[in-house]
Amino acid sequence: MSYAAGLDVGSTYTKAVILDERDQIAGRGMVNTGFKLDQAAQRAFDQALETAGLTAGQVSYVVSTGYGRYQVPFRDINVTDLTAAARGSRYFFPETRTVLDIGGQTMKAMRLDERARVQSFRLNDKCAAGTGAFLEKTARYMGYSTAEIGPLVQTSKEAVTISGVCAVFAESEVINHLSHGSAPADIMHGAMVSLVDRSVQLMKRVRVEPEVTLAGGILRFKTMAQVIREKLGLPVNLPPEDLVQFVGAIGAAALARWRWRARQEKALAG
Amino acid sequence: MAYAAGVDVGSTQTKAVIMDEHRRIVARALIETGANVVAAAENAYVEALRNSGLEEQQVEYIVGTGYGRYRVTFGNTQVTEISCHGRGAVHVFPDTRTVLDMGGQDTKAIRVSPAGEIHDFCMNDKCAAGTGRFLGAAAAALEIPLERLGSTALEAEHPVRISTTCTVFAESEVLSWLGKGKAIQDILLGVHQSIGSRSIGLLRRVGIEEQLTFTGGVAKNTGMVHVLNESLGLQVNVSEDSHYMGAIGAALFALDYVLGSRVPLRAREAAA
Repeated sequence: MSYAAGLDVGSTYTKAVILDERDQIAGRGMVNTGFKLDQAAQRAFDQALETAGLTAGQVSYVVSTGYGRYQVPFRDINVTDLTAAARGSRYFFPETRTVLDIGGQTMKAMRLDERARVQSFRLNDKCAAGTGAFLEKTARYMGYSTAEIGPLVQTSKEAVTISGVCAVFAESEVINHLSHGSAPADIMHGAMVSLVDRSVQLMKRVRVEPEVTLAGGILRFKTMAQVIREKLGLPVNLPPEDLVQFVGAIGAAALARWRWRARQEKALAG
Repeated sequence: MAYAAGVDVGSTQTKAVIMDEHRRIVARALIETGANVVAAAENAYVEALRNSGLEEQQVEYIVGTGYGRYRVTFGNTQVTEISCHGRGAVHVFPDTRTVLDMGGQDTKAIRVSPAGEIHDFCMNDKCAAGTGRFLGAAAAALEIPLERLGSTALEAEHPVRISTTCTVFAESEVLSWLGKGKAIQDILLGVHQSIGSRSIGLLRRVGIEEQLTFTGGVAKNTGMVHVLNESLGLQVNVSEDSHYMGAIGAALFALDYVLGSRVPLRAREAAA
């Protein structure tokens, strides 16, 4: 049996996935990225090897992606986040034509052709107001940790209007709402709605075509998908709950599988 | 002697200035704005009054300015902070034609006439990039007190290039430079240069005419002053009272009311 791995070195977390010959997930790992990107990649990979019960020698091909993709010393090739997210979305939903991927410090929207090639994309990595960091900051201003965001929002009755133009200026807005008696859950909900408004704008600019697949760590907050569905007025595909953060790594691993197979076939033919 | 006051309620700090009829500052006060804006305005004004040794009724007119100017409940009227910074800067440095005001949450470039009237202005309204908050984020990430930011930056030898625009992301970028082993001084100068180039962008939009006066809380930062001087190739004016400039302008407007309408004002008071 030969295996292939995908490494997604993101701004916040580094994810690794190992696929077997039947494209099934054999192992995975996730660690905090921190500042030593190469070490993070190694640790995530080791974790994935361990859960798969494999040794590094059994993995024939490694594709890296994410902002730290060049810091993965054991990679065979690297691909952009867009390519990886496109492939990863197709892994779960073969009919995917539009992908929205919201991570800790980026938001991307892309439209794919029938062969999962990226036709058009829009990216925000300049402004925290359009990324997961916006929700983290909003939570932090109210004394909640990132892990508490999901459960908190689920208790919300009605979203408070949050302007959402700047993650820094959100602080005064949040304090203002709190002092006027708004519930933290409703403020958090409002922050999500404003983030979703931004993401829908981004998606419209690439022209939305069904099926729409969502990806990225932000989906850990279940309300997010629900708000996106409402604002978009379309059904959306969601990867399995425990794999939302792994879509990029899975895409990279799927590409690694494909490259390895192509190489094998070439070798056989030659 | 007649007196007037200006209260500048900023996002971070609230400043009050009391001025006599000869436009001399007789007292100042500065406090943190905090969550209760109304109380901040009051406390700053009361402290200035105490510092001046004046009685409350001796101050004839009060102008509120800054983002919380409508929360100055005891104020007689409000004037925008743009007008106040322009007016204050021309009062302190009469040859001022351009003003750069950098506060906690906003940066403004203002072009003024010799009389201190506003010709044009430009500001960052929607985004904290290039404001004092960017410095605050870097200070927090590097665990350096705000007062020492500028002097520490000036010790840099090889400044790093900060590539992020967003204040939130700057924090992670600062930490990642630290992780790569860069000196704190070099990172800090990079941060100052990044904010400097954003504010120069704003200044260019209104047109830079000498003299340029630098106001607001960030003008206290020697590193920022250095970066501006170097990048612009000129010497910016910085007053000891740079962070009071808005309040000074407000007090000057208040004094206009006192001196221009002294008799009717007193008469109205007598009638009341």
